[in-house]
Formats: sequence, C-alpha cells, structure tokens
Amino acid sequence: MPLKSTSREINGVTVIDLDGRITLGDGSALLRDLIHENVGNGHKKLLLNLAGVNYLDSTGLGELVSGYRFVKSQGGELKLLNLSKKVSDLLQITKLYAVFDIHNDEAQAVASF
Amino acid sequence: MSSKPQRIEIVLETLLDSIALAEEVGVRLAAAAGFGEDDQYKIGLAVHEGVMNAFQYGNEQQREKKIRVIFELTHEKMVIRVTDQGTGFRLDDVPDPCKDENMLGDSGRGVLLMRAFMDEFDVLVGQGGGAEVIMAKRYRTQTDSQAM
Repeated sequence: MPLKSTSREINGVTVIDLDGRITLGDGSALLRDLIHENVGNGHKKLLLNLAGVNYLDSTGLGELVSGYRFVKSQGGELKLLNLSKKVSDLLQITKLYAVFDIHNDEAQAVASF
Repeated sequence: MSSKPQRIEIVLETLLDSIALAEEVGVRLAAAAGFGEDDQYKIGLAVHEGVMNAFQYGNEQQREKKIRVIFELTHEKMVIRVTDQGTGFRLDDVPDPCKDENMLGDSGRGVLLMRAFMDEFDVLVGQGGGAEVIMAKRYRTQTDSQAM
C-alpha cells in the first residue's frame, strides 16, 4: 500500500500520521519531502505517528535516520510514536531504538518536546 | 511438501517493481512450503532486501542488467539466491550499522536485516562477477515450535 500522510498541530508540535509502507521509492521519498517541507516552513518539532506503518525496509529505516539527522541539524527534534511490533523489532535489530525518542502515548509524546 | 526438491528461477529487469515482485513470489513460496506468517514476512523482507541491493548497488539501476532470483525448497530449508550483474562486494567491506560511529550512517542495514531474519546468509561472487547473495530459512520442527 502506498504511503499516505496527514499532519496535525498540537501545542506547537507537528504530528504527522503515516499510513502504508515506507520502502525504496515513493514511501521513502514522501517521508523525506514531508520532513524537509515541514522544517522549511519552520515546523521543527516533528512527531511521526507510525501506527499505520507495518512495513519498513532498510531504505525506510535509513530515511528515518536521515530525517532525524536533518531535523537535528536545523535545531529541531524528530520523535516517533506508536510503533507496530514489526517496526519496533526492526528498530531493535538495528539498534536504532537507542537513537530515537519513542513514545506510545500521544499526549506524553507532545509534552516531551 | 513434496519429497522432491523444487526449484523456481526468475529473471528480472532492474526495475523498482522487480523488488516487490520477487518479494511476493518469496512470500507465496514460503506459505506453500508451510512457513508461518511471521517467517513468511521475514523471508519476504529478506528477498526484498536482496533484490533491492541488486537493483541499487549491484546493477546501479541500469534497467538492461538482469537480477536472477532462485528459490529452492529442499528437504530441510528454503534457499534463496539473488545474483546481479555488478562488480560484486565483500561482506567485510560492509560497515556494521550497529557500531556507534555508523549508527547514523546510511549503509549496512539491508545486510543486517537479511542476516537477522534468515538462518543462513552469505555473499559470494556470482558466475558473471556480480554479487550472489545466498540465504536460507530452515523449516521449523515441532521442537522448535514448542521452544518458542
């Protein structure tokens, strides 16, 4: 399923709800564009809601890392919300759990910025 | 499972769509071989990563080059071989993405995932000089299932 996204603002935090696969091609490109567009518009507190994402490949993982690096370099923060078991397992295997600030509760995630 | 080993070979163009196509074949064969849903997903992702590696790094997205994928169902395991027409690579040269200095880098996660999701994994030089990724998943025995 192609990646779809919607964005919401909560207390200065941009919550990006993602639904679909983040893989080489459309999904990873869309994620990159979303992150760069938001940061370009001054939205530097980004919370990626991955509740609807149950498939990531290594390119998708790389795009998350690349987005994290980019937002940080611009003085912002990128955090993750609601990982499925599959995505959570991938972050464990690749040790990226130690890199990202990961939340299961949206209100707490927003408050953590 | 038939007692006779079965072999399916597909030759793909170097296209983005070939990745999903090979993955789909891998998942269907894994299901037919009796693997459970979790293993089907792992086998599918490993095939996805192997073919994506061939697409991106081996054949460098040159459509005219071919990606050969062989699925073999033996008595003990499902074996998958992905061969490209690039110049090959050595596993030792792939950075370990779990090391602190590589953690925020872009390379090595595909190999890491294939290793993690399959029981056997290696990279050889194919007959044409490109990379040949070989990986296998063993069928689970009743003892394995009880231990889970």
